[in-house]
Amino acid sequence: MLEPVAFYLFAGILLVSALLAVTLRHPVYSVLCFLISMFSLAVLFWLLKAYFVAVIHVTVYAGAILVLFLFVLMLLGYDKEPPALWTNPIRFAFATGLALLSLAGLLWAYRFARSDVGRELYSQPVIGTIESIGRALFSSYLLPFELLSLVLLVAIIGSVVLAKKEL
Amino acid sequence: MMIPQSHYLIVAFILFAIGLVGLFTRRNTILVLLSIELLFNAVNLIFVTFSRSSGNLEGQIAALFSMAIAAAEVAVGLAIAILLFRSQKTIDVAKFNSLKD
Repeated sequence: MLEPVAFYLFAGILLVSALLAVTLRHPVYSVLCFLISMFSLAVLFWLLKAYFVAVIHVTVYAGAILVLFLFVLMLLGYDKEPPALWTNPIRFAFATGLALLSLAGLLWAYRFARSDVGRELYSQPVIGTIESIGRALFSSYLLPFELLSLVLLVAIIGSVVLAKKEL
Repeated sequence: MMIPQSHYLIVAFILFAIGLVGLFTRRNTILVLLSIELLFNAVNLIFVTFSRSSGNLEGQIAALFSMAIAAAEVAVGLAIAILLFRSQKTIDVAKFNSLKD
């Protein structure tokens, strides 16, 4: 009984705070609403029994990415916030139309998807604990995992090169 | 009582649509990057939902990889945003219309 209540509650919080994050005028409020939506998304991951993904999601998004966003926002100053493009009716209609079109397309694709991909949640769920994820990550996904460290290294070097005034 | 898989997917689809609206209507560079993060998260939710319904861990591993890529993307993207602010003195994406200076 608790699971549906938690799902619908946090799904609602997720969607409302995501909507606020893209519509609120003040950028710091936007980032804080994004933080709320990240926590609700972590609850949804938890309900899907992806425990490790939920914990990593909170650490990476709420702990690292959001702090980075707030830091850059404060660094650049948010008092000269450019007006959103809501005011331009053509642009607004284009954006909303594209979003609704993509929503309809996704629902259509889901409706006509092949039926053997697993339509319903397994009664015997696979549990995403640290042990099972770690075993998969260090056996069958070892090469992508190591390549990912290379990607992160490139990102570190790239941001240092970009941020330094002169090398 | 179990929540049907379609409800998780519909939440993810709506989240993706919200991210697209933000991507096309915000003019602050940093909030455009934030909307891209919303798109990433919608995709992660779809990955984890299908991982749950197909009964293997591959979707969760794909979600973890996607989070690492998102972290790298944000680090480089925000560095570029700082550089753009230094050279153009604005964070309005509509004003970035020149490649030189």
